Amino acid sequence: MSGYQVNGSVVEHDEEGYLTDIGQWSKDIAEVIAKAEQINMTDEHWEVVNFLRDYYEEYQIAPAVRILVKEMTKKYGKEKGDQKALYALFPYGPAKQACKIAGLPKPTGCV
Amino acid sequence: MAEAKSDFDPKDRGHGDPLELPRLACGAMAESKPYVATSGQQNALGFPGELAPDWHDKAIARLGELVDNSRALRVYLDSCVKCGACTDKCHYFLGTSDPKNMPVARQDLLRKVYRRHFTFAGKYFPWLVGAADLTKDVLEDWYSYFHQCSQCRRCSVYCPYGIDTAEISMAGRDIMDTIGLGQKYSNEIIGKVFNIGNNLGLPPKALRNTLEGLEEEIEEETGVAVKLPLDEKGADILLVTPSADFFASPHMEGLIGYAKVLHEAGVSWTFSTHASEAANFGMFIGSQENMQKVALRIRAAAQDLGVKRLLFGECGHAWRVAYSFLDTLAGPFDFLDKNYPIPQHIIEFTHDMIERGKLKFDKSKNDEYRLTFHDSCNVARASRMGNKPGGQFELPREILRAVCNHYFDMAPETIREQTFCCGGGGGLLTDELMDVRTKGAMPRMRALNDVAEEHGVTHMAAICAICKAQFSKVLPQYGFDREGIVSVHQMVSNAIILTGSKQAEEFERRNLVATAK
Repeated sequence: MSGYQVNGSVVEHDEEGYLTDIGQWSKDIAEVIAKAEQINMTDEHWEVVNFLRDYYEEYQIAPAVRILVKEMTKKYGKEKGDQKALYALFPYGPAKQACKIAGLPKPTGCV
Repeated sequence: MAEAKSDFDPKDRGHGDPLELPRLACGAMAESKPYVATSGQQNALGFPGELAPDWHDKAIARLGELVDNSRALRVYLDSCVKCGACTDKCHYFLGTSDPKNMPVARQDLLRKVYRRHFTFAGKYFPWLVGAADLTKDVLEDWYSYFHQCSQCRRCSVYCPYGIDTAEISMAGRDIMDTIGLGQKYSNEIIGKVFNIGNNLGLPPKALRNTLEGLEEEIEEETGVAVKLPLDEKGADILLVTPSADFFASPHMEGLIGYAKVLHEAGVSWTFSTHASEAANFGMFIGSQENMQKVALRIRAAAQDLGVKRLLFGECGHAWRVAYSFLDTLAGPFDFLDKNYPIPQHIIEFTHDMIERGKLKFDKSKNDEYRLTFHDSCNVARASRMGNKPGGQFELPREILRAVCNHYFDMAPETIREQTFCCGGGGGLLTDELMDVRTKGAMPRMRALNDVAEEHGVTHMAAICAICKAQFSKVLPQYGFDREGIVSVHQMVSNAIILTGSKQAEEFERRNLVATAK
C-alpha cells in the first residue's frame, strides 16, 4: 500500500487514492489529496467537503448528488450551485473525487 | 494504476461508421486489468483470499465441474467452427483494435485449456487442435480479457451456433474466483449487498432520509403529497430498484418518475431496506451461489412485507435475472397475485397505465429534449416485456413517444437486438477500466453522433443504472453534454400531470385560453 506524505508522516491509501482509515483524515491531508488530484482547494471546495463529512457523520454514507446540489444551491444560488458547477469544482465527479478529498470511502455500485 | 496507456482520442474517433473495422493492434489491451479483490472481499463471498500454490489443478478441476454441470457451456466450447461471423461484432474489439477482443479469441482463451484437459485430441495431440496448458501467462490473459467482456451477448446474435461468449467469460471469472483471483469491483459490491442490503452501501437511515427529501421535493414541485414508502407492511407492491436510483443522477430523476406514476395509479407500494437493490452482480462473476443469495433477499423481503406484486425499476441485468432466473433462484413465487406478471417491470406498469388512459401528460414539458433510446443489452437480448415478442423494444419507445414530441431512433444495426453495449456492463463500471470503457463506447457514440447531426438529437434515454452511469462519464469525452443521458421515467416525470397538481391547474388554464381564442 502506498500513502500520502503529510507533515513528515505517511497516511495510507488504497490503490485508487482513498484513505484506508478515514479516522486519519485532517485538513492538511485533504490539501495533499487535492493536490494529487490537481485541484486547488477554494472556499467552495471546502464547502462541499465539509458538507460531505457532516452528512457522512450522520448517515455513514456520502449524500446523493441531488442532495449535494440542493445544499449548494441553497448556499450559492442556482447559477453556482448546479451539477455543472459541482463538476467544475471536481472534474472527476463530485461524488467520487470530493469523497476522496473528504477522506470518505468511495461510493460503489452503478454510480 | 492498471490503466492502459493509449493515444485514443474520443473526440477524434467519435464520428464515422459505428461498425467500421479497425486496423489490428495485437496486445494493445493486454495491460488493461481491474484491481484484484482483497482476501477479505474474497472470503466474504466464500472464495479463497489469494492464489493458492495449487491454483492450476484447482482451476482445471473447477473447469471440469462447470462443463459437467452445464451442457450449454460444453457445447459452446465444443462447437465453434471458426467461421468468423462474430469477429467484428464486439464493441470492445471495434473500439480497442485488439484481436483478443474478438469474441472467438476471447472464447478460445478458455477453449484451448478445455481442449487440453477434456478432449481426446487435446490430451494427446494438443498442437493439432489449438489446445494449450493453463500457464501463468494464460491466466494473466484470462484476467485481462475476461474483464474486457461486458457479457452483452451481441456476438451471440450473429453466431450460427448461438455460442454465448457471456457464459464463457462468466465461467472464466468463476474459475478465477475459485482459485483466489477475484475482481475487486464486483466482489466488494456483492459483499456490501450481504452486509448492508445494496451495492452502494446505503444504510437504512440514509435511505429513509433520501426518500423523505424526495417527498418534500415532489410536493414542492407539484403541490401533491406523493409518498415514497419504505418497509411498509401490507403494501400491495414491492418495488425493487438499483440503489444507484437513491444516489446518482440521472438515476434519481427516474426514481421520482416511478413514484409519480405509482401515486397516480393509486396503488399501495413500498421499498424494502432488506432488498434495497435490484442489481445482482453474482451474475457478472458467474457465481450461481452468490447470485442465489442476492436473489433470495428479494424473496425474503416480499414475504416479510406480505406484498402481492413484485415490481422492478430501471436496471438492465436485474431485469435479466428477474425475468429469466428469479423463479429458479428464489421461487416459487406462488404467494404473489397471479393476475399480474411475476415479476413486472416499471416500464410494463407505466405502459399499461398509459394504454388504459390512466395517465395524463403535457408533452410540451419535454420540448427541450430531442430524444433517442439506447437499448440496454440485458433487456434487449435476455428478456422480454409485455405480452408480444419484441415488447422490450417497443414498450420503452412507446412511453417516450407518449411523453415527448421529438423522438428519433439510431441506426437499425445499433439498436434493438443488435444494440451495442454502453461499454460499462458486466462488472466493468470501475474507474481503473476507464480506458476500455471509453473505447468500448465508441460504436454507440458514433451512432448517437449520427442522429445528433441528422435530427438534432440532444438526449439519450436508457433503462439501466449501469448505462446511465457509464454514459455520464463517457459522453463528455466524446464531446457531448454530461447530462445528455436521461432516465425513461425522468421524461415521464417531467411530463406527467398529477391529479390536483399545480401542473394540472396550469394545463387547464392554458387549455381554456386556447379554447377562448
